[in-house]
Amino acid sequence: MDIFEDTAPAPGNQPEYTVSELSGAVKRVIEGEFGLVRVRGEVGRVSRPSSGHLYFDLKDDRAVIAAVSWKGQVARMQVRPEEGMEVVATGRMTTFPGQSKYQLIVEDVAPAGAGALMAMLEKRRAALQAEGLFDPARKKPIPYLPGVIGVVTSPSGAVIRDILHRLRDRFPRHVLIWPVAVQGEKCAPEVAAAIRGFNAIEPGGPIPRPDVLIVARGGGSMEDLWGFNEEIVVRAAAASPIPLISAVGHETDTTLIDFAADLRAPTPTAAAELAVPVRLELLATNDALGARLSQALARGFQLRGQRMRDLARALPRPESLTGTARQRLDAAEGRLAGALGLMAARKRSGFEAVAGRLRPETLAGYLDRRREAVTARLARLESAVQRRTDHAHARFDKWASRLAPALARLIGDQARIAREGRQRLATLEARLDAAPRARLQVLSQRLAALDRTRQTLGHAETLKRGFAVVRADGAVVTSAAGAARAVALDIEFADGRVAAVPVKGAAPPAGRSRKSDGGGGPDQGSLF
Amino acid sequence: MTEKPVAEMTFEEAMAALEAVVGQLERGDVALEASIALYERGAELKKHCADKLAQAEARVEMIRAQEGRAVGTTPAEGL
Repeated sequence: MDIFEDTAPAPGNQPEYTVSELSGAVKRVIEGEFGLVRVRGEVGRVSRPSSGHLYFDLKDDRAVIAAVSWKGQVARMQVRPEEGMEVVATGRMTTFPGQSKYQLIVEDVAPAGAGALMAMLEKRRAALQAEGLFDPARKKPIPYLPGVIGVVTSPSGAVIRDILHRLRDRFPRHVLIWPVAVQGEKCAPEVAAAIRGFNAIEPGGPIPRPDVLIVARGGGSMEDLWGFNEEIVVRAAAASPIPLISAVGHETDTTLIDFAADLRAPTPTAAAELAVPVRLELLATNDALGARLSQALARGFQLRGQRMRDLARALPRPESLTGTARQRLDAAEGRLAGALGLMAARKRSGFEAVAGRLRPETLAGYLDRRREAVTARLARLESAVQRRTDHAHARFDKWASRLAPALARLIGDQARIAREGRQRLATLEARLDAAPRARLQVLSQRLAALDRTRQTLGHAETLKRGFAVVRADGAVVTSAAGAARAVALDIEFADGRVAAVPVKGAAPPAGRSRKSDGGGGPDQGSLF
Repeated sequence: MTEKPVAEMTFEEAMAALEAVVGQLERGDVALEASIALYERGAELKKHCADKLAQAEARVEMIRAQEGRAVGTTPAEGL
């Protein structure tokens, strides 16, 4: 309120502000007084909603100031405020009338002293290392002679020239440059995108896929190189399937990408040296190897030739090797003719000893003996056959003489049985004829007698004797009471029927009432 | 001795194989027929290496990128 006292000298006559007017006045004063300030403090709670703006607190041991960085300002920051960081924030004070708040719009944040920045870098390095991003096991070998080299760097400046120059000196190669910003806000996202972009090139496509990548930047201040400390770059380098050489800054500068790279080069020029061998040296080596190859082969032949000649000299004369054998051959040859004659003579004498005993008389005598034996056996065979035939004849004759009488007896028996059967059949036939006729006669007589009885007992005969049958509604009426209840009566006489109507009021005559069986059959009751 | 066809070898593999072949021949403990086969293989390896070394071409191209993907190249001038 103090600041308004000048404009309101008379306490009893103070002007009246609206809330908005007062807030606006405060805003003007604060913005006018603190148009650009630098404030040193520790970063407190930091929040970054999806809007992209950054809200954080700056504090010391006694006070807190709310701070805001708009999205565009955040993007331009070299260093993002993180909780606990000691910073010098540059910005201007303003108010937020909606909440009766004053706050600092921060345009830039610098770590308060190099020590703080190093501490933050170390913290980040430790976190990424704990994730295993820097494991030696992840490092891939750099190909000895890459066909295509991908370079991620600024297309202008000394760095790319140095690299290309050194490559041409050593081994001219196909180089693909992915241009990026190597400092400022765009540095980290562009470098990360370039590493991923090189890896996304398919082998065999129109653009050749690099065999090795070099990420390079010249020397600079720690802030200049800061993009290569960003997590997004470190992760892209660690995840690159193509082997990656980092060459950022001078030898003494270390950025986090150096830890994630498969190989770290102290300078961009050194990166080119690590990427390719020296062509001329290789040519020389190759030629030398070729020469050694030919020499080795030639010496192999030479040595063998020499050895062959040496051995040949030590070889004995062929005649001395075959002499003994030849002598044995000659000796054997001399004995061969005599030996054959001797053997033939020995065999012949053996044969003649056997041939002397072999004469025709011997064979004839043998045949005679065999013939006699056969004749004797034949004679015995004939008599045996005769005996067996006679015996069989005798048995046959004996059975044949008994056969005729037996047959005659059998025929006689069968004829008698047939005769007796015929007689019995005739008798039975006669009896069969007579029996039903006698029975029929008896039954006819009984039927006639029964019919007569029926006629005598039937109600027709009774009617002829003067009786009548009274019916009402189809049923026989057997009592006067029944007749009196009927509407119409039907009286049957022997010669026909008459319809009648009972006279009402006439008292029914006393009498026994009997239940009728109905129908027109003879009724025992009607006889009384 | 590796059985990989020479034509499929990288420069480094071919160079290493050539060194091995020369070493074997120089030791001289290889049978005559085998030494001839070795020599032929060595000659083939040497030629392969020489061919690779002859393919020294300085081509520098700039990547044209769209949304993080390389879509083409432009020859780099003056570098």
